[in-house]
Amino acid sequence: MYKIVKKEKLNDVIYSMWIEAFDVASSVQPGQFIILMINEKGERIPLTVADFNRKNGLIRIVFQIVGKTSEELSKMEENDQLFSFIGPLGKKTEIENYGKVITVGGGTGIACIHPITRALKEAGNEVISIIGARNKDLIIMEEELKKASTELIVTTDDGSYGRKGFVTQVLKELLDKNPGIKKVWTIGPPIMMKVTCDTTKPYKVETIVSLNSIMVDGTGMCGSCRVTIGGETKFVCSDGPEFDGQLVDWEEFANRLTRYEGLEKESLDEYKNSQHECKCGRRTN
Amino acid sequence: MAEMISPKERMKREQISMPEQKPKERIFNFKEVPLGYTREQAIYEAQRCLQCKNAKCITGCPAEINIPQFIKKIVEEDFSGAYNEILKTDALPAITGRVCPQEEQCQMYCVLEKQGKPIAIGRLERFVADWARINNVHGELPEIEKKTKKVGIVGSGPAGLTCAADLARIGYEVTIFEALHLLGGVLVYGIPEFRLPKDIVKYEVDEIEKQGVKIITDYVVGATKSVDKLAEEFDALFLANGAGAPRFMNIPGENLNDVYSANEFLTRSNLMKAYDFPKYDTPIKIGKRAATIGAGNVAMDSARTALRLGAEKSYIIYRRSRKEVPARIEEVHHAEEEGIIFNFLTLPIKVLGDKNGNVIGMVCQKMKLGEPDDSGRRRPIPIEDSEFTIEIDMVIDAIGTSANPILARSATGVDTNRWGYFIAKDTTGATTREGIFAGGDIVRGSATVISAVGDGKVAARAIDQYLSSGKSLKNK
Repeated sequence: MYKIVKKEKLNDVIYSMWIEAFDVASSVQPGQFIILMINEKGERIPLTVADFNRKNGLIRIVFQIVGKTSEELSKMEENDQLFSFIGPLGKKTEIENYGKVITVGGGTGIACIHPITRALKEAGNEVISIIGARNKDLIIMEEELKKASTELIVTTDDGSYGRKGFVTQVLKELLDKNPGIKKVWTIGPPIMMKVTCDTTKPYKVETIVSLNSIMVDGTGMCGSCRVTIGGETKFVCSDGPEFDGQLVDWEEFANRLTRYEGLEKESLDEYKNSQHECKCGRRTN
Repeated sequence: MAEMISPKERMKREQISMPEQKPKERIFNFKEVPLGYTREQAIYEAQRCLQCKNAKCITGCPAEINIPQFIKKIVEEDFSGAYNEILKTDALPAITGRVCPQEEQCQMYCVLEKQGKPIAIGRLERFVADWARINNVHGELPEIEKKTKKVGIVGSGPAGLTCAADLARIGYEVTIFEALHLLGGVLVYGIPEFRLPKDIVKYEVDEIEKQGVKIITDYVVGATKSVDKLAEEFDALFLANGAGAPRFMNIPGENLNDVYSANEFLTRSNLMKAYDFPKYDTPIKIGKRAATIGAGNVAMDSARTALRLGAEKSYIIYRRSRKEVPARIEEVHHAEEEGIIFNFLTLPIKVLGDKNGNVIGMVCQKMKLGEPDDSGRRRPIPIEDSEFTIEIDMVIDAIGTSANPILARSATGVDTNRWGYFIAKDTTGATTREGIFAGGDIVRGSATVISAVGDGKVAARAIDQYLSSGKSLKNK
């Protein structure tokens, strides 16, 4: 069992938790992910590591409520225990001193890009970070990212905070202004990662994405997470999660994320019904 | 105590068949298909055993069970004695009693085999183990002197469990590292409930734990910690992490939404209990017409699982003919009884999908058999202009596995062959690095539970010899 040491609500839909998992914390590297189960009837969900503390054996996860498991996880409290927590899984980010680089995060991808950004800066890079969300409330981990990068630019779609517009607009300006950008990392919703890759393509700047496929074991055994990279089938869990974004078959990737849409909704509805405790009769089905 | 019957009477008796759930009922549930012998049936069958002095059946048993001895105890109605007799060499009797291909092993060597009625050794083994479990009878723990040396075992499948049990029995301090959250490896994620109930696996694993074996789950050796690091902490290591990675056909359309590897399909259903969704959270999507590619045991398990999960039609697509089918006869028989439709001499060449990525059909080609290939089986050759489309909406690839590279990447000096499997000596399981042994599917490729059990035994003996001679990984 793995204890929830600290829980924080970052906004209406995104939560942060520090989980006690000494073995994982002792070997985790930026870019890697974990798989957790809430209880023995739970599903195994992958989450990219948002931060870690080796000394105290802690791993930070940040998640958005999208289905039953994340909903249920958000209801767990400090000192509650997770049934299963494995990792670190996947390959680590290739960190070296490239010179000048950009990291782009959107939604919970902001959390995932955080340890990568920090490690790039520690390796001597000049790191410009761009983080974006629909509005001010959805921007998370701004302080952490500010600390982790050389320069941080925040965007919101509605202009309620930072620059108005999409992360890709800022990215394009930066690429125009800085011909010396060596590499870009982007993590966020699939469409954001794809548009980021489209943006960098004319500049021929290598762009790394981190894919969040549906997984079961997370160790290369089931192939649920397979994606097509440059015409070849790869497993996100054991070959990734990071890939050259220009080579990803985004249409297939997006399709495969919808494999269980109907069933996921059924599971969430069932859970919400079971949590509904008044006597209005909604629970009767 | 049941009476010993005369040799003449023994020869006269026929083999007792095992009662089974009827096909029409069982395709709607996940309960076990064979129901096991009753006490009377077991004794009647056991009485047939000729108690050969030079029992050939034992030579056919990779688990080295003293078969006539445990059968004799059944006749004596000393079931506890029979159980302990088996446990001396096989820590997983309820499991091997169910999934071993006895017809190719012990039973093939039975003197009565020539008359087509060998002793049903597997069914008797199963009876004894089930009797013990149902009556809460536990194995006797031998008095042993604890040894100080520590052995680390990677993987809790049949190879790892057997090796752990054998080493613990002679006093070693054993730790098993399992990547998943449950123990048993292929026994829990691969083999379906209707063939091997999971509470049986749990019982036998618990029995092994009672012998003092330490078990750590959620631990991915190769990721959580490298083999190289483990080698600094243990006196010897046994790598038995299984083959793992699923193989695909590499045909167009194979990454469509409704194409599963058998590993994914079975893991969702068995390990994660998707068959009990939404009580369990893991979903599984079932089409109306499921096509399983391949004809091994895993293919039979997949096609039969699809049927139970609600597929109206469940097909097996196999490029060779019925004669070459690698699955156990019993499994093919069960599948046919349940209405699985076999398409022999058929090769899928393309999976068809709609714009949302859903499977709507599969283009196949008819095959004919040519000359024998390297495997000794006749090579399937495509027949020109024989393409046709079958209407299906889900595909399960059950064409085998390849080596999962995660563990090997972290094991310096442990060589793999060109397919990524560990190179290990048949007689000892020794790898190319002294003190590190390997067995099961990560050495053999996709093999059987019993061969993994055999590997676990061989390695346990070799590890004992290695450590008894004063050697240790730590002394390096």
